[in-house]
Amino acid sequence: MLLHDTALIYGRYLRQSLRSRFALLFGVLMPLLYLLFFGPLLTRLPLGRQGSSWQVLVPGLLLQLGLFGASFAGFTVIVEKGQGVVERMRVTPVSRLALLLGRVLRDATVFVFQAVLLVLAAVAMGLRAPLPGVLIGFAFVALLTISLASLSYALAMNVRTPQEFGPVINALTMPSMLLSGLMLPMTLGPAWLDVLSHLTPFRYLVDAVRDAYVGSYTSAHMLYGVLVAVGLAALSVTVGTRVFRTAGA
Amino acid sequence: MAAVITAAGLARTFQTKRGPVQAVRGIDLTVREGEILGLLGPNGAGKTTTLRMLTTLLAPTGGTATVAGRDLATDPVGVRRACGYVAQSGGIDGQITVREELVTQGRMYRLTKSQAVDRAEELARELDLVELLDRRTATLSGGQRRRLDVAMALTHRPRVLFLDEPTTGLDPGSRADLWNLVRRLRDEHGTTVFLTTHYLDEADALSDRLVVVDRGVVAAEGTPSALKLEYGGSIDASLQDTFLAITGRGPATAHATPVAV
Repeated sequence: MLLHDTALIYGRYLRQSLRSRFALLFGVLMPLLYLLFFGPLLTRLPLGRQGSSWQVLVPGLLLQLGLFGASFAGFTVIVEKGQGVVERMRVTPVSRLALLLGRVLRDATVFVFQAVLLVLAAVAMGLRAPLPGVLIGFAFVALLTISLASLSYALAMNVRTPQEFGPVINALTMPSMLLSGLMLPMTLGPAWLDVLSHLTPFRYLVDAVRDAYVGSYTSAHMLYGVLVAVGLAALSVTVGTRVFRTAGA
Repeated sequence: MAAVITAAGLARTFQTKRGPVQAVRGIDLTVREGEILGLLGPNGAGKTTTLRMLTTLLAPTGGTATVAGRDLATDPVGVRRACGYVAQSGGIDGQITVREELVTQGRMYRLTKSQAVDRAEELARELDLVELLDRRTATLSGGQRRRLDVAMALTHRPRVLFLDEPTTGLDPGSRADLWNLVRRLRDEHGTTVFLTTHYLDEADALSDRLVVVDRGVVAAEGTPSALKLEYGGSIDASLQDTFLAITGRGPATAHATPVAV
């Protein structure tokens, strides 16, 4: 039943996403601009890491794509709540978990599609990375998207207007982006910043994907990255499902 | 006729920053199979909250209720299978076609794909949506959208249909269509219809029985004529005067029995 319901909700939302191709492409615009106008600045800088500057930057941009895209996923729920769509689905016998999973899997699909576009553009700019590493990177983006989108939906179910929702998301994503070291490796900075950065989950994901892009698949970074990504996803989906089950908003 | 909805002391308190708010303080009511029940009450009386509790959208903080013999607290899925619900805001997303919405809705009620496709066609015929099947829902008029809302709520042939202010914002023609539809559901399918409304003419014309709620409790109930006689002073009293007398919010009339507030 859960599978049937999830597939059903997923299909509905995926079809809806495919209708708005503009939004699909627009999401990838910001990381693409960083790739084009910021990436070339790094090519001759010593970044203190193995591999080319592209192998450092592109993993960061992938996570930026996930971080910003997925965090704002909840906007659609606010609109749908206003239209009564959320309630209409909640009075059917459909599994509550499926109502959440169908949506977040759609988001994950969209972001993997955008991530592929981004990586193809990066290859054109000069990225060279092992294929398994690139695929591992996509898996991380997908997990991060599932986590953040779940939390975003949970928040959206509890606020009434986009005006309440936007500032909260901005206040959370901006520091997360800066502290995760997704633009430049945190090891370049002072120790206190490095420590602070390790307090955010995103740092572990960025480090793991950077390792994947240089082919070291068995490093400690990779282990921590997997643990954090899976743990965050489990926690977020649990929170999200609880909200869909009980939401009184 | 057997009772299809029963509620005893059904209550909901919301926790807000300014302390607890008792939206519904304790509703007792019985709805019989196959009747059209109109739930009336001033803004903020607790109509929508009551409806949302009876449809499992909102957990009660007190009391009990059953819908089609299923207990709200212990068998919410059973309740969901037995009832259809049309929210005040409808429940349609503009990017999707009428057919897709109907089919998806059928599949949410666990119909197979081909059953859902057939059911969509059947509902479209019944609710005069056939020509609109392949239109995006954003292009529908208010009356057409409302018919689609109702069609979706009827997908699983529910025994009870809940309508929250179904004709708000509709033109007179569309309102008349909806009234006829509601009567047809009762007469041809034996569906019990539980609706809230602000339009007293609607309540008068459509309902077999009325329940008036005020400040979160049932203030009066009965057939429209019984209420007019009891609170309005005569069977020819207007429902408007009757309503104001019950809720104690209008100019008091000579016959009005004031209700404790």
